[in-house]
Amino acid sequence: MRHVISVSVDNEPGVLSRVTGLFSGRGFNIESLCVAATMNQEVSHITLVTAGNEMIIEQIIKQLRKLINVIKVVDLTPTDHVEREMALVKVKAEDRQRAEVLRIADIFRCRVVDVSPNTYTLEITGTSEKLNAVLGLLKTIGIQEVVRTGSLAMQRTKKE
Amino acid sequence: MKLTGSQIFLKCLEREGVKHIFGFPGGVVLDIYDELTRAPFIKHFLVRHEQGAAHAADGYSRASGKVGVCLVTSGPGATNTVSGIASAYMDSIPMVVFTGQVPTPLIGNDAFQEVDIVGITRPCTKHNYLVKHVDDLARIIHEAFHIARTGRPGPVLVDLPKDVIQGQTVPKFPERVRIKSYNPNYHANPKQIKKALDLILKAHRPVIYAGGGVILSKASEELTKFAQSLEIPVTTTLMGLGGFPAPHRLWLGMLGMHGTYFANMSVHHADVLIAIGSRFDDRVTGKIEEFAPHAKIIHIDIDPTSISKNVVVDIPIVGDCQDALSQLNELVVAQVPTPRELSPAHQAWLAEIDQWKREHPLTYDRASGDLKPQFVVEKLYELTQGNAIISTEVGQNQMWAAQFYHINRPNRWLSSGGLGCMGYGFPAAIGAQVACPDDLVIDIAGDGSIQMNIQELATAVEYDLPVKVAILNNSFLGMVRQWQQLFYDRRYSQTPMWSPDFVKLAEAYGALGLRAEKPEEVEPVIREAINTRKPVLMDFRVAPEECVMPMVPAGAPMHKMLLT
Ligand SMILES: Cc1cc2nc3c(=O)[nH]c(=O)nc-3n(C[C@H](O)[C@H](O)[C@H](O)COP(=O)(O)OP(=O)(O)OC[C@H]3O[C@@H](n4cnc5c(N)ncnc54)[C@H](O)[C@@H]3O)c2cc1C
Ligand SMILES: Cc1ncc(C[n+]2csc(CCOP(=O)(O)OP(=O)(O)O)c2C)c(N)n1
Ligand SMILES: [Mg+2]
Repeated sequence: MRHVISVSVDNEPGVLSRVTGLFSGRGFNIESLCVAATMNQEVSHITLVTAGNEMIIEQIIKQLRKLINVIKVVDLTPTDHVEREMALVKVKAEDRQRAEVLRIADIFRCRVVDVSPNTYTLEITGTSEKLNAVLGLLKTIGIQEVVRTGSLAMQRTKKE
Repeated sequence: MKLTGSQIFLKCLEREGVKHIFGFPGGVVLDIYDELTRAPFIKHFLVRHEQGAAHAADGYSRASGKVGVCLVTSGPGATNTVSGIASAYMDSIPMVVFTGQVPTPLIGNDAFQEVDIVGITRPCTKHNYLVKHVDDLARIIHEAFHIARTGRPGPVLVDLPKDVIQGQTVPKFPERVRIKSYNPNYHANPKQIKKALDLILKAHRPVIYAGGGVILSKASEELTKFAQSLEIPVTTTLMGLGGFPAPHRLWLGMLGMHGTYFANMSVHHADVLIAIGSRFDDRVTGKIEEFAPHAKIIHIDIDPTSISKNVVVDIPIVGDCQDALSQLNELVVAQVPTPRELSPAHQAWLAEIDQWKREHPLTYDRASGDLKPQFVVEKLYELTQGNAIISTEVGQNQMWAAQFYHINRPNRWLSSGGLGCMGYGFPAAIGAQVACPDDLVIDIAGDGSIQMNIQELATAVEYDLPVKVAILNNSFLGMVRQWQQLFYDRRYSQTPMWSPDFVKLAEAYGALGLRAEKPEEVEPVIREAINTRKPVLMDFRVAPEECVMPMVPAGAPMHKMLLT
């Protein structure tokens, strides 16, 4: 099963390779990984998407906690959480297709971040399902290039 | 007052109580070696290969319970320690390895003797550090020792660039370690302890399966008390040998691939299995789906990743063996009347085990007239009255040592279990001899393994360390040959092995060399070795095609053992 795991780590060189080395060394898989600094200069945050049965996910979490530079590990999957991904996509669009691209962008609340006479570059944010849906539609028109982030995730505040 | 990096380094070692280090010098650590001449409180042992330094530090640690320390130069000095670090890592042995590194501005430039040792050892250290600034040195060294010895112990590597070693600062030596993300849990949850005892008291066929964790947490007295008070038979892993006194009526011997028939049968038929500081290694479980199939399992371990890694357990207890066992013992005193009246089922269980012991004791063909390796180990046991510190190499020699030298105390058995690193035993014995100068230390060796670190004979001779090596010389890489015999139709591909004349070799090094070719020569050779105050190499020409039995073939369940 797919799991989204949130990991706080020391913001130090080499820490990311400890985390990824753990996954490759123990044969765990990583579907996606997002890393960036946080408000606290000393802490970086990793959102990690992985898959495995219960025993494997339990090992992944325990092994992550065992790394000296890992401060906190939370499996967000069983909790109520928000998940977002972003993609930049360069679409080939000429003549009649230009309007079609903009229409799709509008429906899915994408932003146009770059325009040329025969391409549009769109920024899409949302769940991976939404991204897949948009990309599916744009593919019929003609995608030149796509880059995607992994998932970012955050727990929702519990409502009283 | 300002101190240099090397001065801070040595001050730190002094503060950690380090008295002995094993090492080998080179360019980037010249300053430390220079400073060493002004540090009378530390004795440095110059090995002949850095792998030897790492294993010696490991053996020192296993025999003394302290943190072993080694010091090597950058590049090849550092890479040579890797097998030793990986051995210590697999067996959870606390040590700190200091490697020199090229100056920080050169790192990443393929500088002379540069290697990314932090990158190389990331997966085989508990943690490692590259010290980037001399201001961080004292803190990092203190953290390194702390991490190595606490929680589940393990090796920590500290990489020291030359400019850090030469840099100057006014050091602050931290009194306490503060690492926000590292807080091993020693105290076992009393609720889980209570649950465990309730289950144990209801058991008809309980067995304790103890491991290296009992040695590491110095819990063997508590373990013995616990087993005795409830009359529970005990088996240990290879790593747990010495954690329970071997000549005890509740002792089952080692379990696993080359464990005793009765240990494996007991675990297979147990209804409650109490795992204490052991990690369900595949050499122990065999076919995992059929391991202890009738048992509810209790598992005490300080490392949460050890629990439910291979086998899902019923009562997990995260904590220190000693803490958990003393809680259990207190509960037993409070709850169980002494002497405990055993249920008829429990009595029948002990009788059944005795029956297994009688049916299939550990044995070998004593009547053949050949010099059998098991006989040599038995004689070593007899003539040392079980009082030696035993290290082993890897292979058949290791298994026969485990089976026939009955270790009765903790910290007297040093063997590379997890990595199975040939060449471990001899330098480890040297380390143990440094830690315990008054003890008799014997490396039970194979003709193959001993040649992997034979050069350390020079170290033993130079420092007057009277280590004994008993080579069970079968002219084969015996353990591999055994598999070829049993599973590859006796095609002995690259396992017959020529060796030099070990007696002459010993003499060339200034040690004593002795040889026995017949059973009756064994005793005089061992006696002479024991009575000689210098390193001795004993060459026992044993039966070449002897196999280690019992044996559980790979992938088979534990009760399906080959017995002959
Ligand atoms: C040729 C060969 C054959 C072998 N055959 C066998 C065999 O037949 N039988 C056998 O048993 N082994 C055998 N081994 C060894 C085997 O590979 C493993 O090394 C061994 O079984 C592991 O022992 P262990 O479970 O005690 O774990 P260890 O590696 O000793 O691990 C210790 C466990 O205790 C925990 N621990 C550490 N400190 C504490 C503490 N303070 N409190 C609580 N828990 C703690 C650790 O987290 C870890 O889980 C063989 C090895 C070789 C090379
Ligand atoms: C460094 C290393 N290389 C290879 C092996 C594989 N191996 C395991 S046992 C063994 C044979 C060891 O031969 P010897 O030391 O003569 O011991 P014996 O089994 O004959 O007692 C080998 C090659 C190993 N464990 N370690
Ligand atoms: Mg051999």
